[in-house]
Amino acid sequence: MSEAVETNVQEEEIDLTGANQVIDKYLDMPGALMPVLQGIQEFYGYVPEPTVHLAAERLNVYPSQIYGVLTFYAQFHLEPRGKYIIRICMGTACHVKGAVRIGDTISDRLGIGHAETTEDLLFTVEHVACIGACGMAPVIMVNDGTYGSLTVQKTNEVMDKYKELG
Amino acid sequence: MAETAENVQVLICTGTGGLASGAQGVVEAFEAEFERQGVAAKIGSHCDVKKTGCRGLCANDVLVDVILPGQDAVTYDFVTPELVPQIVEQHMLGNEPVPKKVAGPYYDKFLEKQQRIIFSRCGIIDAESMDDFLANQGFTGIKKAVTMKPEDVIEEVKRSGLRGRGGGGFPTGVKWSFCKATPGDKKYLICNADEGDPGAFMDRSVLEGDPYGVIEGMMIAAYAIGCGFGYVYCRAEYPLAIKRLQMAIDTCYEKGILGKDCMGLGFDFDMRIKAGAGAFVCGEETALMASIEGERGMSRPRPPFPAVRGLWTYPTNINNVETFANVAYIFYHGADWFNSIGTEGTKGTKIFALTGKVKHTGLVEVPAGTTMKEVIYDVCGGIHNNRKFKAVQAGGPSGGCLPAEALDAEVDYDSLIKAGAMMGSGGLVVMDETTCMVDIARFFLNFTRVESCGKCIPCRIGLKIMLEILERITEGEGQEGDIEMLEDMAIDIKKSSLCGLGQTAPNPVLSTIRYFRNEYEAHIHEKECPSHACKPLLHYRVIEEKCKKCGLCPKVCPVDCISWEKGKVAYIDRDKCTECTSCYDACRFMAIE
Repeated sequence: MSEAVETNVQEEEIDLTGANQVIDKYLDMPGALMPVLQGIQEFYGYVPEPTVHLAAERLNVYPSQIYGVLTFYAQFHLEPRGKYIIRICMGTACHVKGAVRIGDTISDRLGIGHAETTEDLLFTVEHVACIGACGMAPVIMVNDGTYGSLTVQKTNEVMDKYKELG
Repeated sequence: MAETAENVQVLICTGTGGLASGAQGVVEAFEAEFERQGVAAKIGSHCDVKKTGCRGLCANDVLVDVILPGQDAVTYDFVTPELVPQIVEQHMLGNEPVPKKVAGPYYDKFLEKQQRIIFSRCGIIDAESMDDFLANQGFTGIKKAVTMKPEDVIEEVKRSGLRGRGGGGFPTGVKWSFCKATPGDKKYLICNADEGDPGAFMDRSVLEGDPYGVIEGMMIAAYAIGCGFGYVYCRAEYPLAIKRLQMAIDTCYEKGILGKDCMGLGFDFDMRIKAGAGAFVCGEETALMASIEGERGMSRPRPPFPAVRGLWTYPTNINNVETFANVAYIFYHGADWFNSIGTEGTKGTKIFALTGKVKHTGLVEVPAGTTMKEVIYDVCGGIHNNRKFKAVQAGGPSGGCLPAEALDAEVDYDSLIKAGAMMGSGGLVVMDETTCMVDIARFFLNFTRVESCGKCIPCRIGLKIMLEILERITEGEGQEGDIEMLEDMAIDIKKSSLCGLGQTAPNPVLSTIRYFRNEYEAHIHEKECPSHACKPLLHYRVIEEKCKKCGLCPKVCPVDCISWEKGKVAYIDRDKCTECTSCYDACRFMAIE
């Protein structure tokens, strides 16, 4: 297992203190892997490769097993993400009320699709299953802000706002 | 219960829906206004601003109840921070509710046919306050339960007739007795709060509005079955629910309600929240347990059932949030009371999340036996924009669509299955004549295909092939024999899949074919989408005879490609049109095709 780590010369430079602290916290808990990965992601904004190997070492599991978990769940990210995460709700209620149109508008403007990030690391677009604000469909979230009852025009206004904020 | 309050109370909906509509601003505005006007001194009593859970009528958020001492609650809807000074000035100081801002008669109508049991605390109490919970029967259920023998507690739940609210409808008491009967000292209890069905948010609202109630239900189950440890598996998309539940758990530990010798009642129970990470299949019990163990959330063959061999191989009992909430109320009022509500096969109430093209979207709680028609038309005010009702989708990706003819179906596990849908977790998405049923089938199949864990072949590959056929049909490339092929595959996938996801995933396709075969045929034979929802089949032109010359469509067009003058039929310039369908959705007269 350690050989594989060493042959990977192009490793990212990353401060592992944060990851170590997260692992310390959950080390003795049964089923620690997911809370550890969630903690690491909260700290770094994504799960950087060196932290995977660190977690593998300390939790005594294979890195492949960790990647299995990381790629299974939609909420883990292996790449750095944008400053603004735009979550476009694709739930049934939003779909019926025109979520596809909202998604297209945003993608056309930014030139990126689902799970992609703009080159300037400003925006990440995600199509999510259901935000649970179905009463105000169609809905998007930009970071923690929710915008409901959207039309193409309103969507453009929201996007203008964040573009200006930069 | 709150009418007799001595303090002036302001109840503000701060569920996810309320907060998204700006409830935090309203809360702050009230607090600032009380301060500024010195209201407490002027009326001689204290003013409480309570941040409650969901009030139900999410479409009209932010909802605010103002309760003056000795008076009934007055409900305001669409409250904005700007309106707050007026409410304080006129209503609280002048004792004169602000006219026109008070919720109209539709609010009474919305409540009339409902029976709010699980929601009796949601929207009334401050969700984060244990004192409020205690003042409203809180923890009296568990205190009553421990006076009984664990076997009798299970017997009481059996007698109540409660069936699992997660969708399957398995009798809760029977489930508990299985786990109880399995030998072993170490048993786990799990509350399934992985409410993944798109269009369903009742579990979220219960957790946000009455977290202690769920904890109490779990404590009763833990005592009855003999579980020492409980998990609440909550989806990570519900940060507010996780936050409020965590606060409630922390408070319970501080006060000795959870942990060793709970409340001095003589049993131990620890619990913890486990946050999911975005996988629909984790709502399935075996996948959920794999996920708690830190693995990929892939389902496991049953038997052995969790009651025999579950989490970390120990006997485990899993129930849904709403089920646990029901348990608490059964012990407040007794099994006979619960048994007297509802129909022969389904007891108690059921919470539904109504969304889509219905006037009053939101959460409703109705006794079992209410018809779908009553829920949609009487409670929720009928169809938005007065369009024609086409179908209601019940049960999410596992359920089916009911057409107008089937609307007399009762809210009841068995009658819904007979009608071709299912109770599911309780999401109802209402569709009008502009919703294409083939597209809806495609939508759900796309969802389940993406969320399939990939373990068994019928689900992983079968759904993909069905989806390809549906995509072809919605793009106008449908072929003769496609419908029959879909039906064949659907039946095979249902029969041979490992877990509930695959076994139910073809349901939306089967039920839409059953009731809306003509729409499939129109797509395939005439290459037309009768609802004008499938983009590749749209023409983007104004039908002259139907156009009422109202001038609405040019207003909604984001690229200004619709020309219109007063008294003239609108015209769409196809060269500039981006085919976004905004005009089509906005038109009240179906004059764009």
